[in-house]
Amino acid sequence: MKILIIAEHDNQRLKPSTAQVIAAAKKLSDNIQLLVLGYQCGSVAEAASHLAGVEQVYLADAQCYQHFIAEQLTPLIVKMASEYDVIMASASTFGKNFMPRVAAKLNVAQISDIIAVLDPQTFQRPIYAGNAIATVKSLDDIKIITVRTTAFDPVETIDHSAPIVNAAPEPTHHTTEFLDLVSSNGERPDLTSARVVVSGGRALQSKENFELIEQLADKLNAAVGASRAAVDAGFVPNDYQVGQTGKIVAPELYFAIGISGAIQHVAGIKDSKVIVAINKDADAPIFQMATYGLVGDLFEIVPQLVEKL
Amino acid sequence: MKIVIPLKRTIDPFVKPRIKADHSGMDLANVKMAMNPFDEIAVEEAIRLKEQGIASQLIAVSIGDDKTQETLRQALALGVDEAIHVSHHTDLEPLNIAKILKAICDQQQPDLIIMGKQTIDNDNNQTGQMLAALLDWPQATFASACVIDGQSITVTREIDGGLERLKLSLPAVVTTDLRLNEPRYASLPNIMKAKKKPLESIPLESLNIELKPHLEILKVEPPPERNRGKILESVDELISALKNEAKVIE
Repeated sequence: MKILIIAEHDNQRLKPSTAQVIAAAKKLSDNIQLLVLGYQCGSVAEAASHLAGVEQVYLADAQCYQHFIAEQLTPLIVKMASEYDVIMASASTFGKNFMPRVAAKLNVAQISDIIAVLDPQTFQRPIYAGNAIATVKSLDDIKIITVRTTAFDPVETIDHSAPIVNAAPEPTHHTTEFLDLVSSNGERPDLTSARVVVSGGRALQSKENFELIEQLADKLNAAVGASRAAVDAGFVPNDYQVGQTGKIVAPELYFAIGISGAIQHVAGIKDSKVIVAINKDADAPIFQMATYGLVGDLFEIVPQLVEKL
Repeated sequence: MKIVIPLKRTIDPFVKPRIKADHSGMDLANVKMAMNPFDEIAVEEAIRLKEQGIASQLIAVSIGDDKTQETLRQALALGVDEAIHVSHHTDLEPLNIAKILKAICDQQQPDLIIMGKQTIDNDNNQTGQMLAALLDWPQATFASACVIDGQSITVTREIDGGLERLKLSLPAVVTTDLRLNEPRYASLPNIMKAKKKPLESIPLESLNIELKPHLEILKVEPPPERNRGKILESVDELISALKNEAKVIE
């Protein structure tokens, strides 16, 4: 069984998700190759070549791949697909965007968001916002799979490096144009790969009060997240949203502050190692799954935490 | 401009889903159903484009059993002009749904397709991208803003790390994220008027599409539960537990 993994990166750095997709792939086969599509991204291919388990890296370095536009990425992946049994990518907004397009061009299904590999044909994936886990069997010859990366521990970086081979870009007639990208998280660690995440909910009451969450995050060098309610209320930008329809996180330490614990949110954090809940409502559902809970006023508790940490 | 809005009748987002006792699937008998929330946002966006004078004809399409017509009537009550119901009685995979929608779009020749980025039942997040692939149209997923300018559409996409803007030539497929807009409620007069709007029901077989299963669902189970932890009394206790017991901070 031969697997091709589409690497996730920003043309400068390989994202940690790729090492987690490789970990998932290793449960299927040891014959793993990587495809890096991007522009002036040689350093990414170099980093990818040092990931344990990778046998070969293909580098398609061309301007048309600079912004990872689905219509641009798809033709080369589809062309290469005939030589592989499985194509995998992370189930981030990167992989979710082009992988179904690749699957449809190949006339096969996509298996979205896998959290476990049971055998080379059979996978588990969450459905109904994490309220159920489905076990699904693929009937296709080529399997297109996106991986919920938080469910897999990343492979290591090793000294040995796999060979890097150039791949020629495959043209498309589509003219979709990238205009701009407004980044929202500044200097903070990335939500989906941070060791510590501090999230705030509706109980913060305002954008100004959300500063408290930022202060605690500063102390812990943490990423900042939010519940859907806090995003809907406009306290923070949309891409801070943690949950089934937002980002799935699994840090070592997760703080849910003023978050009641709607299933939608819980589905996005339940693989975190330690969950701390701070809420004034002792009956909030978040306490049923938190490792440690503090019942009380967040406006008293959080400043104390900031001071004492 | 003609817009097609594919939509799905799913479990009501405020209902807690139940799993069948034999783990063969979800138990949807007598469960309250509703329009998939992401599709409501797609319908709203299409209606706003019509109100701005940009779109002239809005067509909602849904595949499912007879009850699906209720959901299409709701779309008509909100402001969609006409509806097509493709009658079929089992749950379909995204690729097969995309093939059916392609057949409808081949007939209707829309300039734009707006649809939800995912349904809240199977959470696949595939159908829009697959439909764009089958039509060989450009796509913009996870939209939080859309601006149409002549023969192109500029879409702001919610991606990891920020907001990206893409300019696509029409026809195109756009999938909606949560905050593209806030859907309206249907007014009583519009609900009455919707009863007279055209709703055509066609059997899936009449489209002559070859569909086959690509995935088999072996079982559906509840997720593993996390153990309930401890309620602590003070910030000092919490810091001590994080340092000495969980060892996640220094």
